[in-house]
Amino acid sequence: MSPVPGRKSKLNETEIIRVEHLKKYFPVEKGFLERLLTRTKKYVKAVDDASFSVQRGEVFTLAGESGCGKSTTGKLILRLVSPTSGRVFFNQTDITDMSKEAFRLCRRRLQIIFQDPYASLNPRMKIGRAVGHPLEIHGLAKGAEEKERVVEILQRVGLTPPEQFMGLYPYQLSGGQRQRAAMARALILAPEFIVADEPVSMIDVSLRTTIIDLMLELRKDLGLTYLFITHDLAIAKYISDRIAIMYLGKIVEMGEKQEIFSNPIHPYTQALMVAIPVPNPKRKRTSSELKGEVPSAINIPSGCRFHTRCPYAEEKCKEAEPELIAVKPGHLVACHRTQE
Amino acid sequence: MLSSILPGLSTLAKRGLAGWLIIIGAIFVAAIVVMTAISPWIVPYNPTEIPSSPKILAQPSTQHLFGTNDLGQDVFSRVLSGGGVMLQVSILSVIVCLAIGVPLGLFASYAGGATDRVVGLLMDSIYAFPGLVLAIAIAAMLGRGVVNMALSIAVVYIPSYFRVIRSQVLSIKEMSYIEAANAVGAKNRTILTRYILPNIVPSIVVVATVNFADAILTAAGLTFIGLGVPVTIPDWGQDLTNGQRLLTSGAWWVITFPGIMIILLALGFTLMGEGLSETLNPRLEQ
Amino acid sequence: MSGENREKPHLLTVNNLTVEYWARRGRIRAVEDVSFSLDKGETLGVVGESGSGKSTLGLSLIHLVPYPGRIINGTIILEGQAVLKLGKEKTRDLRGRRVSYVFQDPMTSLNPVERIKDHFVELIRTHEPKVTKADAITRAKKLFKDVGIQPERIDDYPHQLSGGMRQRVMIALALALDPSIVIADEPTTALDVIVQAKILDLLKTLQDRYGMALMLITHDLSIVLERSDKIIVMYAGRIVERAPSSTLYAQTQHPYSQGLLKSIPNIELAEQKLTAIGGSPPDLLHPPIGCRFWPRCPYIMEICKIKEPPLFETSVDHLVRCHLYRGEKAS
Repeated sequence: MSPVPGRKSKLNETEIIRVEHLKKYFPVEKGFLERLLTRTKKYVKAVDDASFSVQRGEVFTLAGESGCGKSTTGKLILRLVSPTSGRVFFNQTDITDMSKEAFRLCRRRLQIIFQDPYASLNPRMKIGRAVGHPLEIHGLAKGAEEKERVVEILQRVGLTPPEQFMGLYPYQLSGGQRQRAAMARALILAPEFIVADEPVSMIDVSLRTTIIDLMLELRKDLGLTYLFITHDLAIAKYISDRIAIMYLGKIVEMGEKQEIFSNPIHPYTQALMVAIPVPNPKRKRTSSELKGEVPSAINIPSGCRFHTRCPYAEEKCKEAEPELIAVKPGHLVACHRTQE
Repeated sequence: MLSSILPGLSTLAKRGLAGWLIIIGAIFVAAIVVMTAISPWIVPYNPTEIPSSPKILAQPSTQHLFGTNDLGQDVFSRVLSGGGVMLQVSILSVIVCLAIGVPLGLFASYAGGATDRVVGLLMDSIYAFPGLVLAIAIAAMLGRGVVNMALSIAVVYIPSYFRVIRSQVLSIKEMSYIEAANAVGAKNRTILTRYILPNIVPSIVVVATVNFADAILTAAGLTFIGLGVPVTIPDWGQDLTNGQRLLTSGAWWVITFPGIMIILLALGFTLMGEGLSETLNPRLEQ
Repeated sequence: MSGENREKPHLLTVNNLTVEYWARRGRIRAVEDVSFSLDKGETLGVVGESGSGKSTLGLSLIHLVPYPGRIINGTIILEGQAVLKLGKEKTRDLRGRRVSYVFQDPMTSLNPVERIKDHFVELIRTHEPKVTKADAITRAKKLFKDVGIQPERIDDYPHQLSGGMRQRVMIALALALDPSIVIADEPTTALDVIVQAKILDLLKTLQDRYGMALMLITHDLSIVLERSDKIIVMYAGRIVERAPSSTLYAQTQHPYSQGLLKSIPNIELAEQKLTAIGGSPPDLLHPPIGCRFWPRCPYIMEICKIKEPPLFETSVDHLVRCHLYRGEKAS
């Protein structure tokens, strides 16, 4: 990467992405009268102080239910959304305030795959042009050379014969094929880091592993790092190396996959684990003791934001927000119970 | 050229009713265009010359298929050659609208914020006026003639383009493929031209066809109140104006035949518009 | 199938149901030759992916297949009555009262300009005109208690409720007239996993309390394995396997069912190697000749490309549509 002005922070050579105290508050549009009558501004606190780092070559998963802020976090890293506060580091360089022009160079290294294979491809662009377009945008290749690179990348993602797929429009492809095309577009610039935002949730169940396995294979062959975003903890278990559970904009638990799944500590994580359906008729179901529903992100509960639903809530949970602290090396939890 | 048109026609016909609407509408329009174009060679009489011994208000007969008007001019010849003004006005107004309305709509709605609000306000104020009244006011200011008619119609119509484009752009802006284009580093200009514009073309086409039809009727209206073309040019609009006066004397043919032609031309465009909106929209919803 | 005639009649019996759609591009057999039965208090899971026909199947049971689809063959017998032969009045009586349907998307299934209580009043009074508005509301509030919503919410508009609550309202509406069967079409797809578990638990509780039969239509094999008594696996409009859940899990026989099971992650297993099913979802306009699944099947034989297999009965109540089992007797 060309030298770009930016702060260098604590050196950690294997760290590819670090996020510090990231916040994203969306202002709530108020009606005319409400604006006249009330002074206070209301915000949807989509991401509320998230900090974590992603190691080179790993699959780091952000998991949680809808509205927890996981997608927004992914987009914040890629600067598709601008943060309200907080910093993002890429290869130890602060990219938060980088100029648009300078960041354009970074964009080659940071890519994204979206959830909806039907919406993430321009309906009016043939696959060949859509996949090759990034090369044109960055002035890296044109014409025959571009075509060659497109063919190569389509081969890699399994859209063969490439020449045939290049001439098709998105509507002529199946969901799984479209997702592969979207991956090809993301990969053609040879990125280092890819945010995969629910990449398989809109694909037929029996075909999901083809995409997941492809992602893992590409990681090996191309040296990629993934930030995997999902609400499906079963898939998360299959693909992740490390996982962070998010609730209402905050990370409540984080650690190595095996550790989190075999030893979930935060009550929310535990509730999630219990709720996941298991393909086994003999499994004994325990019902969830979780009360109520996820509160609105506009009115976040005081203290620990989970206290309104937590079966173990105490007085102090209403008053103070717990910090994300390591209960053992590599396993972090944000819960007062673990911090007596 | 014909060999490429025929397969196109058969694809259209396969699309059922919508396809037929386009075909029929296009036939009307094409027929009138061709008719007007070759009129100098096929008119039985000179449409604008006032004959020295005029046969005034003659009823339709074998000599004068559609009769004659109060100046002795052959109505049939005037019908054959009088479409030119309408066609020119409508085509010109559509061109102006496309040239101004499309970029305006694209930039303002993509930029959002204050730009969008200001331009939107301007467009809404124009839109609030009854179209014909505004067109009359502008044409009165600009004067007579094909170009001025086209301009006044264009001004009235640009807000319609703006609205349609704006609503499309706003919904497309949120789509993942636009985000993906951003993620890949595309500049705004590229996104507008390669990603957004191609996807709003269907709606623009539909508005344009309605524009055509509306322009024709408005041109007739403008001519009616005297803001049209000089009498040296054959024009259906003039015949309408003239013929309306003559109705009371029982000469129904002077107004009827040009009137039918105007309706057919406007109908042709309308049918095409209907058919196009049917065919262009569902295809994208595959 | 033949053995079942000797026992007492089932609550619902479906025989050879076939539904066809005439699309602009051609003819589609969305459901073909489907037969099964359902008993009181039983939960039947219908699992399939895109193109399987499971939703069409659900809609046919209440004779609500949307145009341009038509039921062209088969019988549906509910409590002794032939559903497809009922006149308009009786069919309307059937829907909502004897068989109720919980649709997939709670966001769009409720009328946004009507309060929740009006939904109930309308529903109850359509089928039982003698009930007063006040009584209808009282009944609705009791149902709210059953499904776990505070009774005051009955005055709300749908947009004021969360997704989970709207789905509970749908379930309450489904129960309002004490149906014998509740058909739930992807009841939890739009919901988060914790809410999903609660809704499914709720359905089970209500089933235990009221004794209705439940048909769970979903693409999620984990849900049906966990929660149904018996399962139908559908592919390209056909039943490819039918068995009690524990049997299906222990002896998954059809290659599609096997493939499906091997492709879903199971969090209770430590190390798992998932495999996908090769190929793409079936093209219903041009289905393959022979077995519908053969282009994707790892065990194809010559006969598979020529002749579509019938359902073979490999053990009691276990039917498989696959030539691999052609030694068994055909059903």
